[in-house]
Amino acid sequence: MKYAHRVTAIAAISVALSACSGLGVQPWERGVLARPDMAPNSAPMTNALDDHIYFSKEASSGGRSFAGGGCGCN
Amino acid sequence: MKSYKNLSLALAGASCALMGSSVQAATAGEADVGDWDLSSAVLFYSEPDRVSAVEPILKGVKRIDTDETLTLKLTLDSLTGASANGALPSDRAQTFTRPSGNGSFVTDAGETPLDDTFRDTRVAFNASWEKPLSRMTRMTLGANLSSEYDYTSLSASSTFSTDFNQRNTTLSYGLSLAADTINPEGEIPIAFSAMKNAGDPPNRRTDSDDKTTVDALVGVTQVIDRNSLFVVNYGLSQADGYMTDPFKVLSLVDNNGRPTVADAQTGLADVVYENRPDSRTKHTVYAQYKRAFDANSLDLSYRFMSDDWGVDSHTLDVRYRFNRSAQSYWEPHVRLYQQGEADFYRAFYRDGEQPSAGDQTEFASADYRLADMTAYTLGLEYGRSGTHPWALAMEYYTQSPNTPADAFGVMKKQDLLPPVDAVMLRFKYDF
Repeated sequence: MKYAHRVTAIAAISVALSACSGLGVQPWERGVLARPDMAPNSAPMTNALDDHIYFSKEASSGGRSFAGGGCGCN
Repeated sequence: MKSYKNLSLALAGASCALMGSSVQAATAGEADVGDWDLSSAVLFYSEPDRVSAVEPILKGVKRIDTDETLTLKLTLDSLTGASANGALPSDRAQTFTRPSGNGSFVTDAGETPLDDTFRDTRVAFNASWEKPLSRMTRMTLGANLSSEYDYTSLSASSTFSTDFNQRNTTLSYGLSLAADTINPEGEIPIAFSAMKNAGDPPNRRTDSDDKTTVDALVGVTQVIDRNSLFVVNYGLSQADGYMTDPFKVLSLVDNNGRPTVADAQTGLADVVYENRPDSRTKHTVYAQYKRAFDANSLDLSYRFMSDDWGVDSHTLDVRYRFNRSAQSYWEPHVRLYQQGEADFYRAFYRDGEQPSAGDQTEFASADYRLADMTAYTLGLEYGRSGTHPWALAMEYYTQSPNTPADAFGVMKKQDLLPPVDAVMLRFKYDF
């Protein structure tokens, strides 16, 4: 059963990656993507502060990064 | 703002950012090898009549080599104010013993019981080291230490990211292990035992307990075209150990729906300490889409979380940056959040129906953070670039827990779970 799950997971990742292979740009087309505001985590300080607040005020955590705690606020 | 010097740095920053490590490559884009790049932030958080917090962060990124960085981050977190203890408001005044067991406080009729001794200072230190393992694979190792008066957390993480498809696709995968110890004021109460009068021997089980958390995260960052990219992450988190809030209680109510009194002389409320499961498995799916519209950019993300406590939540986050010029920007922010209640959430027990003291097989919590709830955030940030970029943001956050469906009798005349509002002010400055 575990083996089946593993095969399914590998297959899913492979399909996802191969689907991605049709997307993308050439190296010389990346000017806009290289802008700081286009980085996925373009505001790490803001995200760190937000994650801490919402972790301590709501029942959810993680997603963008690891869900683990680190404080006694929840 | 500083700009990326080349794409590999940009994508390296993107891929490590995906996994929650800091964007060393991004912030160190213009630093020379050997230099330290320092940045800072401070958050002021205030709920009227409840919690206030001040949280400064200082971060340094050392460029060890052109593609290798060491990041050190120090966070202080100072909390004061009052926090809801889970008891229901009543149409008469209620007395509660403070967690220390020494002293008590009185909540007026019609008021939400708030424990006003909430005060703590947390110090957190994070270190992460990022280096390439091969031309296409990078590794980030992280260590975190967080310490406060009654809580200590140690964690270590490793994250790898590999580029494919002419670096248009980045696969990231990581693991984090955390070990926490809680040593609360007044020790750890016995589950479902009654609160005692101040000065009387309290119902305490032990002085400390611990918790371990294992987190795994796998994600893909994909460039779509020259203006857009997306991120999809899946996270699995398994926590085992003490996850009860030692300061939270549940009210016992009579047949009229009125909170009962344990001691008529002192007015001590008839409440029992909560108990939560000692295991929690969380699944999260996170999707983010970024798109540039000429000089401006959209950052849209959605998170679904589901755990075996029965909590399902949806989080939608939208930021739009208006880059007015190369020197300044405005960024409005909207966040919408909705969660369903935990299976064991309940606002009260009818007197006599509560589990017997010490029963670890039953679970219950009246913590509104585990209740049905919606929340939203509205914010606006203004930022300036240049030699020392800075940004100032103001945000308003409000939580609206739903009134418990089983409320009855006189308790329905009370505002059982009033909305919680907060104002946040955030300032960031790069040295």
